[in-house]
Amino acid sequence: MSKLLFERSVVGRRGILIDPIDVPEVKLDEQYVRQSKPRLPEIGEVDLVRHYMELSKYTFGVDNGFYPLGSCTMKYNPKLNEATASLEGFANIHPSQSLETVQGALTLMDDLSHSLCEITGMDAFTLQPAAGAHGEFTGLLLIHAYHKANNDTKRTKVIVPDSSHGTNPASAAMAGYQVISVPSNAQGGVDVDALKLVLNDEIAGLMLTNPNTLGLFDPNIELITSMVHEVGGLLYYDGANLNAIMGTARPGDMGFDVVHLNLHKTFSTPHGGGGPGSGPVGVKAFLKPFLPQGSLVKETYGYRFLDERDQSSIGRMRSYYGNFLVNVRAYTYIQSLGRDGLKAASQNAVLNANYLMEGLKDTYPVTYPGTCMHEFVISLEKLKKETGISAKDISKALLDYGMHPPTMYFPLIVHEALMIEPTETESKETLDFFIETMKKLHDLAYSKPEVILNAPYSTPVKRVDDVQAARNPILKYMF
Amino acid sequence: MEKYYATSHEWVMQVDDQHVRVGISDYAQKALGDIVFLSTHELGDSVSFGERFGDVESVKAVSELLSPVDGVVSKVNTDLEDKPELLNEDPLNVWIIEVEGQVDTSRLLSEEAYLALDKDH
Repeated sequence: MSKLLFERSVVGRRGILIDPIDVPEVKLDEQYVRQSKPRLPEIGEVDLVRHYMELSKYTFGVDNGFYPLGSCTMKYNPKLNEATASLEGFANIHPSQSLETVQGALTLMDDLSHSLCEITGMDAFTLQPAAGAHGEFTGLLLIHAYHKANNDTKRTKVIVPDSSHGTNPASAAMAGYQVISVPSNAQGGVDVDALKLVLNDEIAGLMLTNPNTLGLFDPNIELITSMVHEVGGLLYYDGANLNAIMGTARPGDMGFDVVHLNLHKTFSTPHGGGGPGSGPVGVKAFLKPFLPQGSLVKETYGYRFLDERDQSSIGRMRSYYGNFLVNVRAYTYIQSLGRDGLKAASQNAVLNANYLMEGLKDTYPVTYPGTCMHEFVISLEKLKKETGISAKDISKALLDYGMHPPTMYFPLIVHEALMIEPTETESKETLDFFIETMKKLHDLAYSKPEVILNAPYSTPVKRVDDVQAARNPILKYMF
Repeated sequence: MEKYYATSHEWVMQVDDQHVRVGISDYAQKALGDIVFLSTHELGDSVSFGERFGDVESVKAVSELLSPVDGVVSKVNTDLEDKPELLNEDPLNVWIIEVEGQVDTSRLLSEEAYLALDKDH
């Protein structure tokens, strides 16, 4: 591994020369002055640049190779998105500047909201939430505000299926709800009989991903949404898997009342690494009064930004306008693909997933066979039992072939799970290479398991001790 | 005393007239992998059969612990705070909580029946 900047530091070395002070010097009050100088790494510019260039070679993203991380939709981000997001009128504006100077940006936000409404079948969107889980939390606060406005205070429970994303129960708990889990049926969908048993007037809502984390579209979706509506609960759609259905099916038509989208998944904005995401939330018309404070109003002269606290609104979810430049990228994607293009993207995502599943199913058991949507789950339980090679070992071995592993050990209802989502942008050659590699690793697990147990061989760090890291994390570097 | 098992892979064992101890099965610790963190209900909290009384976190995932008994928590095994790995090392002898309550065999599996179930996994 590369040395840390701190380890490269040489006392007195500088990367830049600071000009002498040319304004009157003001002495700070003694209480604000540091007692000692901070210890910062001291390094020349060229060494600094080399340090970061070296680190950049260790990263792996979708621009480096195949990245079939299930339910994460690591699709390629077209470079056109970057070109528009770099336009001066978008990149160099400040959220505090006067509205008449940023009418173009406001128009883009309003157009994007309308596009998202059309894609999802909802009536209004807020662009404030900064990412998916933030969107979920926003949506649950909307549901809470709705019941409260109806003086319906008995509703303290939110239902999630046992195949749900972990953020669903977490967001419900954050919003103060008790979480009720419903099991899946033999086909991998919601067990409707089990759902019936937990439905009553204490249910605030049901959170659902459709297609779910098994990559299956729930054929009972209209029955499920009507059952929840019948007891007065609302329906929340987790948009993590929207990439399977764009242009073909809409959550609004399935009966959902609140939807969040992950623009950093479905709409090709950069994803991962802790960078900004965007998790807009859409609602049906009856929930509009509760949307976060801060909305665009179209007047004859242009857009006005209404930023007063309305009594019914849940308040602000984020400062200013949300992650604007992320929204510019998503807008570019939607505009460049158009209605037919978005539909084709989803169709190709589903086609690619089914191609992979067909190629792998005789080697690795598919947990819920049949046609999948944009992703599918295989179980390596048999392989582990017979060879000792686990889903984690196969994942580590994939790194040596220049591919990112699929999602491991999720959903929790499948043992030794690998959840595979190729996305629409991968070529047949890439998919074939993945199938061939997975088969090769399967053979190796039986013939030379030690080769897999010691993988990866080509990465700067071999196997990390994740147990030690979780039990005894050392979170600061002593300089 | 004999251990009885819930289908959610917790065991429960009567330790005296009024108290039972609760742990997780060998299958559960194997399926979870290396356990790195544990949180449970505290002393005096009520637990009910089939309801969550804590979470166990491994390097793979976080799973809920479901109570195999109704009652009130009378002791928590504090050794596990710093050494959750004890659950991996000796799952059948390391208990997680002690509960004032009674083993209800009608809702649980005998060791033999549970291990037979395990073979299907």
